[in-house]
Amino acid sequence: MTAPTLVEFDEVVERFDPMLGLEVHVELNTQTKMFCGCPTTFGAEPNTQVCPTCLGLPGSLPVVNRAAVESAMRIGLALNCDIAPWGRFARKNYFYPDMPKNFQTSQYDEPIAVNGHLDVVLDDGSTFRVEIERAHMEEDTGKSLHVGGATGRIHGAEYSLLDYNRAGVPLIEIVTKMIPGTRERAPEVARAYVTALRDLIKALGVSDVRMDQGSMRCDVNLSLSPRDSGVLGTRSETKNVNSLRSVERAVRYEMSRQAGVLLGGGTVVQETRHFEEQSGSTRAGRRKETSEDYRYFPEPDLVPIAPPAEWVDELRGTLPELPWQRRARLQADWSLTNEELRDLVNAGALDLIEATVAAGAPAGEARSWWVAYLTQQANSQGVPLDELPITPEQVARVIALVASGELNNKLARQVVDGVLAGEGSPDDVVAARGLAVVSDEGELIAAVDEALAAQPDVVEKIRGGKVQAAGAIVGAVMKATGGKADAKRVRELILERSAG
Amino acid sequence: MSADPAGLSRDEVAHLARLARLAVTDAELDVFAGQLDVILGSVARVGEVAADDIPPTSHAVPLQNVFRPDELRPGLTQQQALAGAPAAEDGRFRVPQILGEEA
Repeated sequence: MTAPTLVEFDEVVERFDPMLGLEVHVELNTQTKMFCGCPTTFGAEPNTQVCPTCLGLPGSLPVVNRAAVESAMRIGLALNCDIAPWGRFARKNYFYPDMPKNFQTSQYDEPIAVNGHLDVVLDDGSTFRVEIERAHMEEDTGKSLHVGGATGRIHGAEYSLLDYNRAGVPLIEIVTKMIPGTRERAPEVARAYVTALRDLIKALGVSDVRMDQGSMRCDVNLSLSPRDSGVLGTRSETKNVNSLRSVERAVRYEMSRQAGVLLGGGTVVQETRHFEEQSGSTRAGRRKETSEDYRYFPEPDLVPIAPPAEWVDELRGTLPELPWQRRARLQADWSLTNEELRDLVNAGALDLIEATVAAGAPAGEARSWWVAYLTQQANSQGVPLDELPITPEQVARVIALVASGELNNKLARQVVDGVLAGEGSPDDVVAARGLAVVSDEGELIAAVDEALAAQPDVVEKIRGGKVQAAGAIVGAVMKATGGKADAKRVRELILERSAG
Repeated sequence: MSADPAGLSRDEVAHLARLARLAVTDAELDVFAGQLDVILGSVARVGEVAADDIPPTSHAVPLQNVFRPDELRPGLTQQQALAGAPAAEDGRFRVPQILGEEA
C-alpha cells in the first residue's frame, strides 16, 4: 500500500471545512455486567468472569442491571438530554468472535437519552457548544489477542484468542451530532469535548474513565467539504483513539489525509480506520457494514424500559455539582481570572487545591504551593501532580506551620522535600531534620550581636541611615543559624541592636 | 426486510447467506429465493389486516421495567467456560483467522 499524500494543516483549513462527529464509549463501574451477575473487574485471569449468559450458551437469559440503567440516565441528564419514556434493546447481528452470542445487545433506534448538549472550554477560555444526539446502553465485547503475523494485528494473524471477561460489561455510547464550524480548531474541539465528557463522567462517579485501560474509548468521525460549499463529504470513522492527545492527533491526521485524497482527484472511502499511536497516523480497516447488514431487531429476551417520571426526577436530584458549575464556583471563591482558572485546570491542580483549602489553608497559598513548587517537583520527577507522594492535608499543614512562624519559606520547602522523599508527615520531617525556625529569642540575639560585631563597617552604615545595608547582616545571621531564622524578625533585631 | 412485490432476488439471498456465513450453491440460491419469497409473502399478509394504529408487536407479554439488582452472582470457572471450546490456549478460546489479508 502506498503512503497517503498528506496536505499541510494550514492548507487543509484554507480549502476545506471539517465536519466532526465523536462517539465515545464509556464502561460503567457497576459491580456486575449489563445482563448478568458476573464481575466487571479489570485485569482478571482470562475467562474467569463469565457465565452462561455472557458466553451466549443455550438456554441462558439476560436480565437488565438496574444500576446500569440509572447510570445511563444520570449521564443523559447531566448532558441536558431528554430521557426517553419508553425504549427497547435490539440485537445487532454480526459474525465476529468478540461476541460469543453472534450479536451484541444494544439500544438502536430507541436510545435512553436524546438531544442534549455539552459546553466545552477551549484553550483560549472561550466556550464551544457540542450538541449531543444520543446516549444509549449497550454491552462491551470480549478481548481478542491475534497470534501470528508480523505485528500482532488482526491482519495476517494465523488465529485469535478470546477472553470474554469484558463481554457484557455495561457500556454507554455517547454520540454527538455533527459538529460544524470548527475549522482550524477541529482537533482542539475534539480533544476539549472528550476531556469535558471525561471530567463530567468522573464527577458523576459512574465510570473510572481510564482511557489507558479502555474504560473510555473514542471514535472520531471526520469528513471534509470544500470550503464554504456546504456539501457534505464522505466520512471516515477512526477507532482505537485511546488518549486525549490521540483524539487531537487523529483529527489532524484525517484532515490532512482526506485533503490529500481529494486534492489528488480521488474520493474518500467510507470506512473504519485504526489510529496508530506510534506514528500518529490512521490505517484502513474493514469497509463499513451498512446498518441494514446488522439486521437489528428488538431483543425478544428483554422487556422494554419505561422509566416513570418520578424515577427520572429522583435521579436528577442525585446529580452532583458538575465540573462547569464547580469551576464557576471556585473561580468566584478564589477570585481567579479566566487564564488563572484555565492554568489550574490544565495543571490538574483544581482538586488538590480545593482539598488543601478544605484542610484549612488560605486559597492563595494553597494555589501557590501547587502551581509553583509542587508542579516543579512533579515535572522533574516526571509524574502527574496528583501522583506526587504528598497529600493536600500535608500541604495545608506546611502552610499552617509557615503562618504560625514555625517555618519560613525556605524551611517549608525543605519540609516538603522531606515529605516527598518519604520521610513522613511534615511534623515528622521538622522533628527529624531539626528544621523549625529558631524561636529562642536569646539565641537569635546572640547570633545578631555576633554578626554585627564581625562587620563594624556595616553597623556604621546602618547608623548613618542606610537601612538597606542590614541585608548583609541578615544573610550572615541566616547562615549562622543554618537558614532556620525568621528573616523578618532578624531584620527587626538588627535594627534594634545596631541602634545602640 | 419488507416483502418486495418484485420478489426476493438471488443477489439478496446471496448477500444474506454471506452475512450469516452460510455457503450456498448457485442451485440453492434459486431454490431459497423462491422459498423465502413465499414465506415473506405469507407474513406480509399480516400487514394487510393490521390497521395503521396497531404498532408492530415485539413482545408478546405486556411487561416492562424488569431489572435485577447490581449484585454479583457466581459464574463459571475458566475450566468450565472452556470445557465446550473446540480449541483453547492460555485460558482463552482459540478461533481461526478472523480476517483475510485483503480485508
